[in-house]
Amino acid sequence: MRVLLILLCVLPLVPAVLATLLPVRLVQGATVLTGFACFGMALALVPGVAGGAVTVGFLRADALSVVFLLAIAFLYATVSLYAIGYLRDSEHTDDFGRYARRFYLGFNLFAAAMLWAPLVDGLALLWIAIEITTIISALLVAIENTDTAAEAAWKYLLIASAGLGIALLATIFLYFAGSTVLGTSYDLAFTPLLHAATHLPHTAVRLAFVLAVLGFGTKVGLFPVHTWLPDAHSEAPTPVSALLSGALLATSFYAILRFYQVTAATLGSTFPRGVLLVFGIASLLLAALYVLDQQDLKRLLAYSSVEHMGILAIGVAFGAPIALAGVLLHVLAHAAAKGNAFMGAGVFVRAFGTKQISKMRGGLDRLPWSAPMFLCAILALSAMPPFGLFRSEFEIVEGGLDSGRDTGAAILVALVTLAFLGLALAATRMVFAPAPQGPGTMRGRGPEPSAWMIAPALIGLAALLVLGIHPPADLTTLLTHGAAELGGAP
Amino acid sequence: MTTLPLAAAVPGAAPPPGVFVGAATAISVLVLLVEFGMLRAPLLRSQVRLYALQSLLVATLAVVVGAVRNLPELYALAALSVLLKVVIVPRFVLRLLRDSEAEIAGSGALGAASTVLIALGVAAFAVFSFNALDISSPVLPKTALAISAAVVLVSFVLMIVRGDVVSQTVGFFSLENGVSLASLVVASGLPLILEVAFLFDLLVAVMVFGILMRVHHARSGSLTTAQLTRLRG
Repeated sequence: MRVLLILLCVLPLVPAVLATLLPVRLVQGATVLTGFACFGMALALVPGVAGGAVTVGFLRADALSVVFLLAIAFLYATVSLYAIGYLRDSEHTDDFGRYARRFYLGFNLFAAAMLWAPLVDGLALLWIAIEITTIISALLVAIENTDTAAEAAWKYLLIASAGLGIALLATIFLYFAGSTVLGTSYDLAFTPLLHAATHLPHTAVRLAFVLAVLGFGTKVGLFPVHTWLPDAHSEAPTPVSALLSGALLATSFYAILRFYQVTAATLGSTFPRGVLLVFGIASLLLAALYVLDQQDLKRLLAYSSVEHMGILAIGVAFGAPIALAGVLLHVLAHAAAKGNAFMGAGVFVRAFGTKQISKMRGGLDRLPWSAPMFLCAILALSAMPPFGLFRSEFEIVEGGLDSGRDTGAAILVALVTLAFLGLALAATRMVFAPAPQGPGTMRGRGPEPSAWMIAPALIGLAALLVLGIHPPADLTTLLTHGAAELGGAP
Repeated sequence: MTTLPLAAAVPGAAPPPGVFVGAATAISVLVLLVEFGMLRAPLLRSQVRLYALQSLLVATLAVVVGAVRNLPELYALAALSVLLKVVIVPRFVLRLLRDSEAEIAGSGALGAASTVLIALGVAAFAVFSFNALDISSPVLPKTALAISAAVVLVSFVLMIVRGDVVSQTVGFFSLENGVSLASLVVASGLPLILEVAFLFDLLVAVMVFGILMRVHHARSGSLTTAQLTRLRG
């Protein structure tokens, strides 16, 4: 079990190094193998953490962190397949070798940094891991070397770095709070901090939690510090957008959850839940409104991510065990669904040569495979049965009703329905509306750009169905344990 | 440190500050003043030099705290941060400025006077609100904490009102200086290995900021962010 933790940290560095040395084909093979190996190892950790946290050196895995590991490793694996098809199109350009080397170096390092975040033991190391994800992903956003990509990358780097500056301040204040009990020199590891939590000074913890929600919330995409998110998601290469949206936002949310654990143990859960409820509802409201009238396909999906991060925050704010289990399931299902949606969007953008939703019509004729799967992903994102997000959002709403937050649950349902309207309108028009007649419009069936871009979406769809219809028993146990850890169990 | 007999004679009065407290407070006030200097400086290169000065002041405070409170690892931290934040980062940014040859003065959304007035208000808010918190430090006076909060908030003003990539970068780096100052006050025992990791992170961030500044300059031929308005909605 301990070897797995170390391997998960180190393995993604191998294809990153290979990317600078070997031809592209071999690097692609190595990346796919590594991605699936990481997902396999994350799966193997699931039964291992049922009995409590596994630690080795400064690495630690418990049920909460394994949930996030699963989401990250799943996307790492499927997106690495998709990237093969995505890059195939530009293989004949002059600059391809250089571009592919940089892309795979960044892609693997980005995945590695995201895997480090849930694996490290301690808030300081967690901050460092998340800062590394920012730095690498900002370069990946800029990799297309267009004016808009440069603009998006600059905004992303500046806003996210400033946010993480605030998060560092939060970490330092929590360090100060801990030092009153644990002595002046300690390393912010989770277990001792949680044990000492009841004796920490309240003001410092309160301040740290608010700063952490604001700081890490910048990377999560919570309102009002979400402004970089739609730009970066729409301008990054599609495989990177899928990772940003499905995995990176959740990883940053994981950091907020760690602060939540300590704060709830110190102050009781009323204060942190109140803070998360405010940020959650504001984000959900903003995202639902932007989704309703959005012209750019990738920005549409980006705002949908803001919506889902809002749902996560609201779910934690409800606090009932079933809502917390729903939140963790939501992390997994959102990773699969948003990965699929971005991968489908990438195929549409490639096939139609535009990101404008109004110019994509007749998708079903042009893309007989990708269009129905994209529609499924959008329906999954709108929490339609039988997909995993239906189950998770159902649990969150049920948890809200259980804990007497009827108004919150009603607002959640209303806003999610509003967002569903926007997403479903855009997607059904793209897929079913007939293509305009006339000269210059492309007509006729297919071909699909690449089989490599379809296979990972099939895997994602299968995962969504499994999560929605019958989650495996081990996974249910994992989610229950994770919810218990979040709810304050030792 | 000895207390003056006069203060001891008045029951209930706080003892006057000793040399250490006075020095620490003075240095942190200087850090804040330099932050205002950056806000005010019209030339980009003088902004970068002020950043170097500010970093040097924070490192000096680390040495003073290390000597008086007997925390030897702070010496190593101070040496590392001088190397990184006083030598490497400013040289890096100054070279970029020389290479770009585009403009030597940044553009502000507001005039210098309005900017400074806003920053004064923001700084006062930070100082008064942090003084009202019941957070006390074993190594440094509480004033330093309130001032570090003011440095952080004023650096946000700098990033917001200045519309060029160099000022925004310098604003972010000085935000980091404010956080360093806060960490000296409330977390001076933070293990050296973590501090070094933070600094290393900063170094990588500096390189990425540099790369993206170059990308921006190569694409737009200038350092201003005024035309970064294509992405909205």
